[in-house]
Amino acid sequence: MRPGELIAGDRGARALRDGDLGQAWAVLAEVMDPEVPVVSVVDLGIVRDLDWRAGHLHLVVTPTYSGCPATEVIEGDIRQALEQAGFAEPALERRLTPAWSTDWISDQGRERLRAYGIAPPAGSASLRGASPTVCCPQCASSDTELLSQFASTACKALYRCRACLEPFDYFKCL
Amino acid sequence: MHKQALIQYLLLLGDSALVQGQRLCEWCGKAPALEEELALMNVGLDLVGQARNWLDYAAELQGDGCDADALAFRREERAYRNLLLVEQPNGDYAVTMLKQFLYDAWHHAMLDGLSASDDERIAGIAAKALKEVTYHLRRSSEWVQRLGGGTEESRRRMLEAIPVLWRFTVELTVASDSEVQLAQAGIAADPTQVAQRWHATVEAIFASVELPLPKAASHFYLDGRKGLHTEHLGLLLAEMQFLPRAYPDATW
Repeated sequence: MRPGELIAGDRGARALRDGDLGQAWAVLAEVMDPEVPVVSVVDLGIVRDLDWRAGHLHLVVTPTYSGCPATEVIEGDIRQALEQAGFAEPALERRLTPAWSTDWISDQGRERLRAYGIAPPAGSASLRGASPTVCCPQCASSDTELLSQFASTACKALYRCRACLEPFDYFKCL
Repeated sequence: MHKQALIQYLLLLGDSALVQGQRLCEWCGKAPALEEELALMNVGLDLVGQARNWLDYAAELQGDGCDADALAFRREERAYRNLLLVEQPNGDYAVTMLKQFLYDAWHHAMLDGLSASDDERIAGIAAKALKEVTYHLRRSSEWVQRLGGGTEESRRRMLEAIPVLWRFTVELTVASDSEVQLAQAGIAADPTQVAQRWHATVEAIFASVELPLPKAASHFYLDGRKGLHTEHLGLLLAEMQFLPRAYPDATW
């Protein structure tokens, strides 16, 4: 609601129809991950599909980790953003197969992670469990060391740069 | 018959992940280092999330209107099908990490087999969980090596942890008849392969720091797959289930 309004406007009720998928993608590109608020759900690759079904937008969403506590929050944020943009009652389908992979993070998402201070996945998901060379997001040095395999969230590991001495989070290959 | 066996199997997977996750979360606020606290909670969170996926499926098959939350919070210990290993108290860090390692080695082998299940729902949940458990196993393996090959004190603790937990490993290498049948039907992981892979992983990590490998454990009168648990599970459930039982209408 805008300041001064007494009741919610009917903007949300304006029914959008076929042909607005581009607009829907644009809305989704502004829905940020609650724990990494610089990458959108599109950058993360968790929105797998988008189409119209029986007059409503239908989305397929694949969660990142099985236990990710942000899953419900992200789904709620997506729903709210779409409804505010005029897509009435969007339907969200949660799909586990194929399992989410860090390979689905876009180039833009990787760059945004780096700029935010999180080293993006170093290589393909096939490196899962291995110890790849991780470059410091601050000074780009490859002289880094693993401190802990789990950091502020399950999807990240904690590293330290030996060149600039900054500790930093690394988004693990999955 | 087949459906009942499948539900029991899903409860073995889901309950084991749930109870192991709950035990890990008991370290919250008192882990030996901040990094370890984060790691313990993150692994616990992965496991609770996986448990929900398994229990969701079990509840759907059961078809009596209950959901994953009802299975987790409104069953008595006799209805739980988790491994006896994971319900054991945390003890010191050697017991905690050895327990995690013995479980991870089994869990990883199980999920690897289940990723190829003919049941697409199972294969999907397992393929996702397998990615996460790869990191769990790597971490717990390194802790067994670090403690087992570390200082005199850490090695003494690890040597003492082995006999505390070893008897429960019988459940990781011996499966029930119904599991064997489910495996033959292409649904469950092949128990023989799981047992071989578990043994190979444990043998290699123990050998790397010269920890003595005990001889294979044998069955005794308790059996998690039949709901015959050690007393520890009831106490764990009492704590875990208190809030939803006391306040059944509580929501987030």
